[in-house]
Amino acid sequence: MSPISLNHILFISTALFFIGMYGLFTRRNMITMLMAIELILNSVNINFVAFNKYLWPGNLDGVFFSIFIIAIAAAEAAVAIAIIINIYRNHNSIDVADTEEMKY
Amino acid sequence: MNANDIIFYLLGAFILVNGILAMTNRKIFRAAIFLLFSLIGVAGLYFWMHVEFVAAVQIIVYVGGIVVLIIFSIFLTQQTGQDMPKPNKMRMLFSALAVLFGAGFTYMLIRNHGFIGDGNNQFDVSPQRIGEQMLDTEQSGYALPFEVISILLLAAMIGSIVIALKSKAQEA
Repeated sequence: MSPISLNHILFISTALFFIGMYGLFTRRNMITMLMAIELILNSVNINFVAFNKYLWPGNLDGVFFSIFIIAIAAAEAAVAIAIIINIYRNHNSIDVADTEEMKY
Repeated sequence: MNANDIIFYLLGAFILVNGILAMTNRKIFRAAIFLLFSLIGVAGLYFWMHVEFVAAVQIIVYVGGIVVLIIFSIFLTQQTGQDMPKPNKMRMLFSALAVLFGAGFTYMLIRNHGFIGDGNNQFDVSPQRIGEQMLDTEQSGYALPFEVISILLLAAMIGSIVIALKSKAQEA
């Protein structure tokens, strides 16, 4: 087998991204959809760090982008879980099918 | 194939298998635990790439923060012992097809692009260098995004407290 190149790492991040997409398509529960979004954000982070290391090693821009993405993901998870808990209080369910009063 | 490659393949398999299990397991608590292992695997991949600072941040924020938050919200909102309802067969089939085609086409693009670079070049990511550039106000510094993201985090935390607060009318 060939030594590890950038393509191998990009394969992992592509596969992780589409696993997250599959979860986002099939799950109907808000918390599990949030978990799918976390997987997608992680695959993007892997991409940033790998491109920085393999193609542009003189600068640190990819590392900074991934650190900022992690910080934004933390903020997003906190807000999303607050919203989910509030929805649970009002509807007694966190299934996306039950939260349709703003639909029409 | 040396030890470095074997470690890489093991890490990749660990990440992907735990990711698939996290997205398909019908017990929500187990799904959260598989997600935890997948995120630990990603941190291991960062260690493998010798980007120790990002790996440490990944473990602290994701494994120590976000997954714990998710597990707490599962306890607050779910009957954890029960299975989640099975998704629609047709939806499962078509999303699997869409995902497989998407992954295949994306990886074909990546393969045909032919990225060069073998990772043997010098890549200095010491925390000292990251910290100096993070607080640098010169051309390549990140002082402004750093300040903006601190405001964003503050706003998000206050916002989530306000959203999750019980209002007086609700209690009555």
